Amino acid sequence: MVRSDQPVLAVEGVGKSFGAVKAVEDVSFPLYGGEVHALVGENGAGKSTIVKMLAGVHRPDSGRILVDGQPLEVDQPRDALAAGIAVIYQEPTLFPDLSVAENIFLGRQPLRWARRINTRALHAQAAELFTRLGVRIDVERPASGLSIADQQLVEIAKALSAEARVIVMDEPTAALSGHEVERLFAVARSLRADGAALLFISHRFGEITALCQRVTVMRDGRHVSTDPIEDLTVEEMVRRMVGRDLGDLRPKQDVTPGKVVLSVRGLTRAGAFAGVSFDVRAGEIVALAGLVGAGRSEVVRAVFGIDGRDSGEVTVNGRAVPAHKPRAAMAAGVALVPEDRRQQGLVMDLSIQRNTTLVRRGSLSRFGLLLGGAERRFAQDWTARLQTKYGSLDNPVNTLSGGNQQKVVLAKWLSTEPTVLIVDEPTRGIDIGTKAEVHRLLSNLAADGVAIVMVSSELPEVIGMADRVLVMREGRVAAELTRAEVDERSIMRAATGGDVAA
Amino acid sequence: MSAVDTAPAPEGVQDRDLLGTVLRFRAVGIVLALLVLVAVTTAVNPRFLGAQGVRDLLLGASVTVLLAVGLTLVVITRGIDLSVGSTLGLSAFVTGSVLEAAPALGVPGGMVVGLLVGAACGGVNALVIAVGGVPPLVATLGTLYVFRGIVYFVAGGSRISASDLPSGFLAFGTARLLGVPILFLVALVVLAVAAVHLGQNRSGRDLYAIGSNPEAARLAGVATTRRLVGAYVACGALAGLGGVLYAARFGTVDASAGSGLELQVVAAVVVGGVAIFGGSGSVVGAALGALLLTVIGYSLPVLGIDQFWSQAIVGALILAAIGLDRVVSLRAASSSRAKASHVR
Amino acid sequence: MSADTSTAATAPPVPARPQQAPSWRRFATWDTAVVLVTVGVVLIAALGVDNFGTGRNFGFLVLELAPVLVLALPLTLIIITGEIDLSVASTVGLTSAAMGVMWNAGLPLETIVPLTVLVGAVLGAVNGFFVTTLGLPSLAVTIGTLALYRGLAFVLLGDGAVADWPRAFTDWAIGDLGRTPVPNVVLPILVLVAVFAVVLHATPVGRAVYATGANETAASFSGIATLRLKFWLFVTSGAVAGLVGVFWTLRFSSARGDNASGLELTVVAAVLLGGVSIFGGKGALPGVVAGVVLLTSLQNALRLASVSAEALTVVTGFLLIVSVLLPNVLASARQRIGRRSGPTARPPTTPGPPAAGERKSR
Repeated sequence: MVRSDQPVLAVEGVGKSFGAVKAVEDVSFPLYGGEVHALVGENGAGKSTIVKMLAGVHRPDSGRILVDGQPLEVDQPRDALAAGIAVIYQEPTLFPDLSVAENIFLGRQPLRWARRINTRALHAQAAELFTRLGVRIDVERPASGLSIADQQLVEIAKALSAEARVIVMDEPTAALSGHEVERLFAVARSLRADGAALLFISHRFGEITALCQRVTVMRDGRHVSTDPIEDLTVEEMVRRMVGRDLGDLRPKQDVTPGKVVLSVRGLTRAGAFAGVSFDVRAGEIVALAGLVGAGRSEVVRAVFGIDGRDSGEVTVNGRAVPAHKPRAAMAAGVALVPEDRRQQGLVMDLSIQRNTTLVRRGSLSRFGLLLGGAERRFAQDWTARLQTKYGSLDNPVNTLSGGNQQKVVLAKWLSTEPTVLIVDEPTRGIDIGTKAEVHRLLSNLAADGVAIVMVSSELPEVIGMADRVLVMREGRVAAELTRAEVDERSIMRAATGGDVAA
Repeated sequence: MSAVDTAPAPEGVQDRDLLGTVLRFRAVGIVLALLVLVAVTTAVNPRFLGAQGVRDLLLGASVTVLLAVGLTLVVITRGIDLSVGSTLGLSAFVTGSVLEAAPALGVPGGMVVGLLVGAACGGVNALVIAVGGVPPLVATLGTLYVFRGIVYFVAGGSRISASDLPSGFLAFGTARLLGVPILFLVALVVLAVAAVHLGQNRSGRDLYAIGSNPEAARLAGVATTRRLVGAYVACGALAGLGGVLYAARFGTVDASAGSGLELQVVAAVVVGGVAIFGGSGSVVGAALGALLLTVIGYSLPVLGIDQFWSQAIVGALILAAIGLDRVVSLRAASSSRAKASHVR
Repeated sequence: MSADTSTAATAPPVPARPQQAPSWRRFATWDTAVVLVTVGVVLIAALGVDNFGTGRNFGFLVLELAPVLVLALPLTLIIITGEIDLSVASTVGLTSAAMGVMWNAGLPLETIVPLTVLVGAVLGAVNGFFVTTLGLPSLAVTIGTLALYRGLAFVLLGDGAVADWPRAFTDWAIGDLGRTPVPNVVLPILVLVAVFAVVLHATPVGRAVYATGANETAASFSGIATLRLKFWLFVTSGAVAGLVGVFWTLRFSSARGDNASGLELTVVAAVLLGGVSIFGGKGALPGVVAGVVLLTSLQNALRLASVSAEALTVVTGFLLIVSVLLPNVLASARQRIGRRSGPTARPPTTPGPPAAGERKSR
């Protein structure tokens, strides 16, 4: 394990704001060559902003990034790569129609006479990269159809070919099987042995302790600590990430659950999930926990009908809900607040009013026409109920803060007065105050008898809000935990399928 | 460094075989269709495949092949150029007029004029699309009519007839080398150059990258604007060259030259396996498609099918080609998605 | 202010569509501008071009304008949902040819007219099938059907025409209301415009159309059956084209394979000039009506001023390009001026025109 005294890359006092929101403030940490350095933090801690600055997508507002002691000047992602920094995203974007070798060497293909590409050398060099990484991938095949795991390896090979000395891996294991994770780690270790500095962003403590030598904890946009891995226990890491007693969170009110409202049996979809079964009673909040890529969002999308299902049944109040028909699910009283607010939850260019009234637009019409102030009144009413702050109802929703945007999505769906409310990452990317409001709202809804399914990656949220927790792993329900049994270790253990190292 | 195997290779190989087979199948399919069509037509009229018949076919295909090669460059980048027919017409007329006025320029001069006119038209497209941000459809639909209108304007109802053109130029149109029409050889040379460029030059591979994933191409530092400008200018230039060949071949050029040709060329390109979504396809395929379409056009009268069917056939071929591609790619995608998942 | 901490894991940054200013304000500006320009052009033409401002020319202008306006109505909705239909003119031609064939076969006109509209609907359904069920880009599909339908029109009628239509109907088609200079067809046109305007701007379907065009994913997550919506829009476009086919045949008293040849340019240009964004999600009918009036008045006036038909197509093609180029230029100019961080300050996405269009390969 090589380590020199000057860090290959140093983040120094870096800050970045978007509008009035400080995403990252005064963060500093070093990346040494020959080390895998973990970056941990909850959602919203600022990790992705740091990654984007390393990738050259954003410039820091304050502070600087030093590579080998020299400040990094980037205007665009290409500059970062030229400086030796490569970022492997969770979902790599390759060129599906080009071969693996071409993907690696695009723009830098080896040439022979008359500036023609030397195909033999191209393939040989690509193959050599994979040999160095210790993996076998056919370099002549088109990149389309490669598994995510293989795509990541191609990205790593690309980084190697560009002689990157800093390789950032952003939640790389989210969509990988255990076997593929092992392969990735072997590659990471070999990169390390070559002297590269690796930054490994992950929520999976088992992997972190297995792979990394150093860990930096971030919370709420600030740097908390940087320590060698052996100096920290997982509990300590978690405590620093969360930074507050779980008792601070307002827990869900106790409600006597009513009868079973939503019943899911044997839900299966090839490539996403298999054999998922669970019940939700009126007044219950059932959380779906698990690592990213475990299939939770896929399950709820299939329940709601956005995605189809290969087999299985969904019944609401005893009546079966047909597959792949969101309208049927909506008619049965199911509502889905989706995971991706900007792409799925809202039509960003449309006004607040139009967004709020989008689902109920039919019922607001009289004789088929939307006239008079019906839409206006409806939007005013529902945004007020959720205490949404906005300038004018005609402003496009992209002028709102994240929290208020989420309120619009919630208003839109709550206005359907659902019997089953599914929320997917309900408080992702919103400020603390609005988070608390949303939790209170969900709690009240449950008290009113709504059955709630909550997909969440934020453990404190899961622990505070859920009556029962279903932990998913690799497309199956791995464990069901009651409120009493639930704590972060039990969830993590079920989510990762192994013991979380102390 | 331990050598860790990937998931068993056979799956990956299978995928490639499927895709490879389909791709090869495409070219094979076209050749097969060609053979069948030629066989059937020759059975009806043996002269179809006689020396003269083949010469006519090759002559007829030359212009379409040239335009198809140019259009391929653009379609690969996920674009389209509907103005190629109008560019051809403009170039044919201007070349004819210039040669009429200055016959000493001869064939080389004529070619230069045609290339320049075509390149200028392509340049207009490039400017509007790559710099102005106008989608290729809208831009080239507009220039289709603008260029055509300019031809009519310039021609003013007159036409260029064979007697106005230098005899050397007309001879070029009918000349043969080893029995093969020179015009066709010109098209072949252009085809070869384009094939090499697309297959083996960095800038050619960049075009595929742009069509395959435009955002990734930009991030990877591909000089997108420059490449797109190059593609559209080249497409226009080749259409311009097509205009020269047209003038040489027919001798008579009026303002309607090349009208409606763009549909044929689009059909040739998609039939030839160039993906309408961009990112894949070859100029050789497009050339084969152009050849097939030409043969279809020539075989219709022999088979006693009304000439009026030709446009309908072009349209049906476009729909069939893109439909078939889509069905195949959907099947390939879903099978590899299921295989590649970690959920068992 | 939306913070970009919304994704736990990063995805490679995706450049946005060309930045267009907040919808309301921008729309009011473009629509008003088009209406003003239209009024201006009409006034100038009336004053400057002989015979433009006559009652007779007014009638003629309306007859010219009718097919374009009627075709533009469903096309507007289609473009707002993010698709396109280039086959409208060919559909007019084919339905007109079908009408001729039916007439020659001895069917009465009362039967022929609804059948023609039905044929148009079927032709539209073919487009809809390829675009929604097969998921093909509407550009490529409608280029194919543009060729196919026009070709079939020639197959049906060859070079010839069917011209022996009953006077009662052809007279009505070109005739006026009583003694006014207002053509008979104005009434049905106004009805159609009113229907489409109401549907687009004041019904749930219209809201769904805008949502689908602005963000198809979010629209389907909100329970909108986007594919079904698009399918029926294509069917409507075909049916309307069938109606135009009837009108065209009766107006010229001739069913021909080349009827309405090339008309798609004028229709698309008019819709885009009217402020409908080619990228989908934005646009309004008043602007489209103004765009149609503008374009056809311009064509009419130029023709009266002895400008050749070809020069007209140059102008039309040029206006088509300008209709998209101008907003782009204005938008990037506005971006450069408005660099101060306003309420829309967001993590800067890479600005600039989309490279060769989105995956829809438009």
